[in-house]
Amino acid sequence: MNGAAKPYSNPYLAGVGLGLVLLAAFIAAGRGLGASGAFASAAASVASRVSPERVAGNPYFARYLAQPGGPWKDWLVFELAGVVLGGFLSALAAGRLRREIERGAAVSRKTRLALAFAGGGVMGAGAVLARGCTSGQALTGGALLSVGSWVFMLAAFAAAYLVAPILRWAWR
Amino acid sequence: MIASLAMAFAIGIAFGWTLERAGLGSAKKLVGQFYLTDLTVFKVMFSAIATAMLGVFWLARLGLLDLGQVWIPQTFLAPQLVGGLIFGCGFACAGLCPGTSCVAAASGRGDGALVVAGMFCGVLATGASFGALQTFYESGAEGTFTLPELLHLPYGVVVAIVVVVALLGFRLAERLERRAAAHASR
Repeated sequence: MNGAAKPYSNPYLAGVGLGLVLLAAFIAAGRGLGASGAFASAAASVASRVSPERVAGNPYFARYLAQPGGPWKDWLVFELAGVVLGGFLSALAAGRLRREIERGAAVSRKTRLALAFAGGGVMGAGAVLARGCTSGQALTGGALLSVGSWVFMLAAFAAAYLVAPILRWAWR
Repeated sequence: MIASLAMAFAIGIAFGWTLERAGLGSAKKLVGQFYLTDLTVFKVMFSAIATAMLGVFWLARLGLLDLGQVWIPQTFLAPQLVGGLIFGCGFACAGLCPGTSCVAAASGRGDGALVVAGMFCGVLATGASFGALQTFYESGAEGTFTLPELLHLPYGVVVAIVVVVALLGFRLAERLERRAAAHASR
């Protein structure tokens, strides 16, 4: 990539923009944004290929497999595919498209990738139990004033603040 | 169905675009939230929540939006509390959440791609163990349960409280960032 990357947007303006996207989803689709649900559809699809008889008796996966048209023709799967394209286009337009592994100076690439994978795995477990993540619960349920979503959001940030001091070495 | 999925894709593009514009595809920027050096996550999230919340409230009040047609995430207190605590530990470790990890991966970041892979494996493993978790997963069911119902306050009052808390939070966030910047330059 040539040239300097453009600076990021003002966070309040970006937040209002994100709020309008969420509002548009409420109006046009009758539902909010999400991310982890798409992972669940993908996991359900893979699980049913590997072990169809076990998955048939699994009510968690069965719900995603019961989608008309199969687990891939799911609202959140298409939405998350859009997220990938939108993120790519924005990074491209701002000159921020770059192959790299973001990490603290004292941390090897391998360590960072291991932390990323482990953190993702732990988030996956939490998102299954909580029925959503920062998008489907914190943002969407937060704006709709759902009690469970606010409980999720406060618990997630409380835990992150408690664990962050132990992980400071990874970001220095 | 095709129209609905096309709408989902379009909304997703706008969602991913805004996250990337805000810098939330960068784990290093995102974790500044947890070390109180860069509070972009809080500013973006609470501006978004306040904007969408005010939009829903006023459109419903003016009769332009039927709240009965909007799906509100249901409350399951215990699993959402425990799930949130587990999620937060993973969030601090990964430096990205599920949505932002997709944006990080899309902008070329290998760490983002590994968070996506980890998230997939975590959901797969937890889903596969659902038999052992199902009782807990379905515990504490409150149905559609909102803050106005919890606090016994009118919808508009709760909306106003959230806006005031957000504005006070923004002031605090600016102060914390100034303090962190002064500390770093010393």
